[in-house]
Amino acid sequence: MSTALKKEHKSERPARGGLATMVEAIRQGIWEEMERDPTVFVIGEDVGAYGGAFKVTDGLIDHFGKERVIDTPISEAAIVGAACGAGLMGMKPVAEFQFIDFISCGFDLLTNYAAKCRYRWGGNIPAVFRGPCGSGVRSGPFHSLNAESFFLNTAGLKIVEPSTAYDAKGLIKAAIRDPDPVLYFEHKKLYRLPRLREELPEDDYIVEIGKARTAREGRDVSIITFGAQVLTALDAADELEKEGLDVEVIDLRTLAPMDKDAILASVKKTSRALILHEASLTGGIGGEIAAIIAQEAFEWLDAPVVRLASIDTPVTYSPPLEDYYLPQMKDVLDAARKLAAY
Amino acid sequence: MPENQKQNGNRKRGPRRRPPFQMRINTKYAPKKVADGQPLSCTKDTSLKPEQMLELYRYLKLTRLVEERIVNLYRQTKVVGGVFRSLGQEATAVGSAYALRSDDFITPIIRDLGSVFVKGIRPRQIFAQYMAKAWGPSGGKDLNVHFGDMEKGFIGPISHLGDMIPVMTGILLAARMQKKDIVGLAYIGDGGASTGAFFEGINFAAVQKLPLITIVEYNHYAYSTPTNMQTAVRNLAEKSAAFGIPGYIVDGNDVIACYEVTKQAVDYARSGRGAVLIEAKTYRRKGHAEHDDQRYVPGGEIEWWEKHNDPIDRFERFLLDEKIATKEKLDEITAGVMREIDEDCEWAESSPMPEAEVAAHGVFDNSIVPPAFRPKILENSN
Repeated sequence: MSTALKKEHKSERPARGGLATMVEAIRQGIWEEMERDPTVFVIGEDVGAYGGAFKVTDGLIDHFGKERVIDTPISEAAIVGAACGAGLMGMKPVAEFQFIDFISCGFDLLTNYAAKCRYRWGGNIPAVFRGPCGSGVRSGPFHSLNAESFFLNTAGLKIVEPSTAYDAKGLIKAAIRDPDPVLYFEHKKLYRLPRLREELPEDDYIVEIGKARTAREGRDVSIITFGAQVLTALDAADELEKEGLDVEVIDLRTLAPMDKDAILASVKKTSRALILHEASLTGGIGGEIAAIIAQEAFEWLDAPVVRLASIDTPVTYSPPLEDYYLPQMKDVLDAARKLAAY
Repeated sequence: MPENQKQNGNRKRGPRRRPPFQMRINTKYAPKKVADGQPLSCTKDTSLKPEQMLELYRYLKLTRLVEERIVNLYRQTKVVGGVFRSLGQEATAVGSAYALRSDDFITPIIRDLGSVFVKGIRPRQIFAQYMAKAWGPSGGKDLNVHFGDMEKGFIGPISHLGDMIPVMTGILLAARMQKKDIVGLAYIGDGGASTGAFFEGINFAAVQKLPLITIVEYNHYAYSTPTNMQTAVRNLAEKSAAFGIPGYIVDGNDVIACYEVTKQAVDYARSGRGAVLIEAKTYRRKGHAEHDDQRYVPGGEIEWWEKHNDPIDRFERFLLDEKIATKEKLDEITAGVMREIDEDCEWAESSPMPEAEVAAHGVFDNSIVPPAFRPKILENSN
């Protein structure tokens, strides 16, 4: 046994439900699925003794052992490839990218192997590929990525990104049980946000993949968003309420396959659509959503579809630069007001 | 108690003593020099029984003749894509795969058709794949050996070389969790051994002491690029030092040597000692694919290998010289192979092409993807 495993500190099993932050919720979800199903295992860099860079897998190695909590070399091709192979053998790997930025190092195996195996010959890869994404945490160009649009154009990968602790737990459990490869993006800014602490049910539950959530009901403008920007949208909605604007917020939760019905139902109700996301504008997921609305709800629109996203630069580092890069609350307020007045 | 033992007994923690670095490359089965004019044969030192040798002969002939039939189909424009040959290097795939148990896994590359047959895939499946037919294992969704059969322990490759090595590492990781004592055999070429995935896959397997056997086929060309522009090592087996695993060099055109060296590697790996790298020295006599005119090959080179170092010629010579089989017996085996090929080719040709809308099925479990080019709104306005 290596010295790294002879640690003094042992983490407790997480509570079943109870008051939890998002990071606790994900940890509960993985833990419960590992208890429930012996084929579930965790693989990634520093996920064992250290418990993962953000402590999502904290304590798992003490409880489930190093056969089911596997520390790997710094080697994303090995992590993704091994998860694919193990998935073909009927195991359910939960693979961690230390930061979602490093998913690019596993891109080839994800998009060419994991995504296409079922289609090509029925090879079944029930793996979850998860990791912390998102900007706004002053981490610079290589620890702040939102990677969803790299994968949207690849058939065969499901993509989810929760914005609440409840959804985080329900979606990780659903992703682990899903028979297909699922990319599970966790916005690192939300991990320990006190505002997101909520009471989770004690009983087993999942959040179905492919279903959006109405985070706030409204009649005047739809803000379609996901991840940390759901909070920006909700804050903006509170502000706009004071001005008499009734804003609806759609939290996509699943980015692929996208819940078109939920998007279209909301837009048909409000006739005004504002799409908000953190990745850069050009080629971002917002373009796809805007196209769906334009093509399938054109007659219901009272105003042009508006996209709000980050500027077309790498994510930057210094706070004034990053704030300029990201869409801000003020941008959302301005856009919503303009849309309402159109 | 001697002083040094006492010290060791008292020592609680400290650096573990590891043996000094040593390049471990076994060359027992490497190509041997023979006197000029002396024809090449095969290794005589073998545990193979005569009937096993004849089975090896059958697989060698099957591989070569199936490929020849595919070339015929190609010339009749019945093959949809390219045709990739393993002419001149069949012994590596056949001999190595023959050393496996039926529950062991292989992941071949395009020039390892022989190993796929050894694992129990039938020629009809390969014919149907090449002709993009509905009855092929991928139903027309992918080419040639790009499919898999988990029951038979065969995972087909993808075109991205090296990727299958980390995938095989995952197969073996899962097998260990499932308490199965299987080994995995991954094939790669001299070109594929330049990829990052090759290194990442073997490195992880080596760290985890997984029973991964990687066979690197030194066949002199990666498409048109000669091996000296691919790597600065002289022997690809030297790359084993980078992983801290044993390396072997084998004469890839000696089917018995390929069997014996793989058998040793299999025993080593299955006993829990970890990964192995085998370099097979061979030669690709055809181009990358059938269209390739091989203008980059120096004159006379292909002819030399064809005349002096053909793996099937060598094995035939061995079988006859050692009186393991008569010429008649070998001809009888070949005739049986031809009958099988005729029958399987006819079966594959009789398969329909896939129904067009099959293209929209199977991206996810039980899913149908609506065609993107027929949006609802246009249907509504009609």
